[in-house]
Amino acid sequence: MSSTVTHTGPRKFHLDHEPHLPEGDSTMLGFWIYLMSDCLIFAVLFAVYAVLGHNYAGGPGPKELFDLELVALNTAMLLLSSITYGFAMLEMARDRQRQMLGWLAVTGLFGAAFLSIELYEFGHLIHEGATPGRSAFLSSFFTLVGTHGLHVTFGIIWLVTLMVQVTRTGLTASNKRRLMCLSLFWHFLDVIWIGVFTFVYLMGMI
Amino acid sequence: MSTHDMHNHADAHADGHDHGSVRSYATGFFLSVILTAIPFGLVMAGGLASRMLTVMIVLGMAVAQIVVHMIYFLHMNSKSEKGWTMISLVFTIVVLVIMLSGSVWVMYHMNANMMPMPQGMTGQS
Repeated sequence: MSSTVTHTGPRKFHLDHEPHLPEGDSTMLGFWIYLMSDCLIFAVLFAVYAVLGHNYAGGPGPKELFDLELVALNTAMLLLSSITYGFAMLEMARDRQRQMLGWLAVTGLFGAAFLSIELYEFGHLIHEGATPGRSAFLSSFFTLVGTHGLHVTFGIIWLVTLMVQVTRTGLTASNKRRLMCLSLFWHFLDVIWIGVFTFVYLMGMI
Repeated sequence: MSTHDMHNHADAHADGHDHGSVRSYATGFFLSVILTAIPFGLVMAGGLASRMLTVMIVLGMAVAQIVVHMIYFLHMNSKSEKGWTMISLVFTIVVLVIMLSGSVWVMYHMNANMMPMPQGMTGQS
């Protein structure tokens, strides 16, 4: 204690000089902790699915409903969008704005393709009468997969917003930081999708 | 991993974050494709004779792919942010495992100990 605190006057309760950390110094760690809390949301939804996933209430089960070829296509879209976002980050590190925006646009298109396929699947299920209200299995299925789809939707909105922002103000330090946050978010969604296609689709079909 | 040249480059931009390299992204992508194709192919082909073995392989591939994504796409290592990202990840995994295994365990035993329902009611729940 005495080796670090040297003042002898009245006791001080705050530092004379607040440490000046650079702007955004803790943003990446903070965003990571947000992602970890998001991870817990998905963990709860996975737990709900694990508990309710076999209560078909006499309705259709996974084997009658799921089309693995469609899911494989969806998985490919999301994985491709992950690597194209990675390429965008590499261009960002080299300060090549146009190439980076190009890769971001490709990422957005893959993300949109993923969403379209998922909406087509949902529409198909609902058309067949497998609505969220049909059974506990379908309620938990639509909640889990739908929450992931909503995350992807917001990811795409965020992506477009950042593309506009970069076009207007260039590759500034703050824009780079925002792009790195979205990078974490986007790859994180791909990690969650691994859990979804494994636990929901593949396990349901075994 | 030969990400050192890229790492120095990233440091030169004073953000200090590892962006990886084309090679590290390609490696991650290649491994992910394999770790996705095997379980999908296995299940679409009808699975192995042993259901348990099929489940184990599919789960193992998923865990392996999550680790691959963490390393090659999310650039996780024990040094980023002075180790705090790793600590928060480990904490999250601990909470996650307790919650998932706890829920499944408790609910399984609740189901097993429920009174059997009359035949006519099972379809209405």
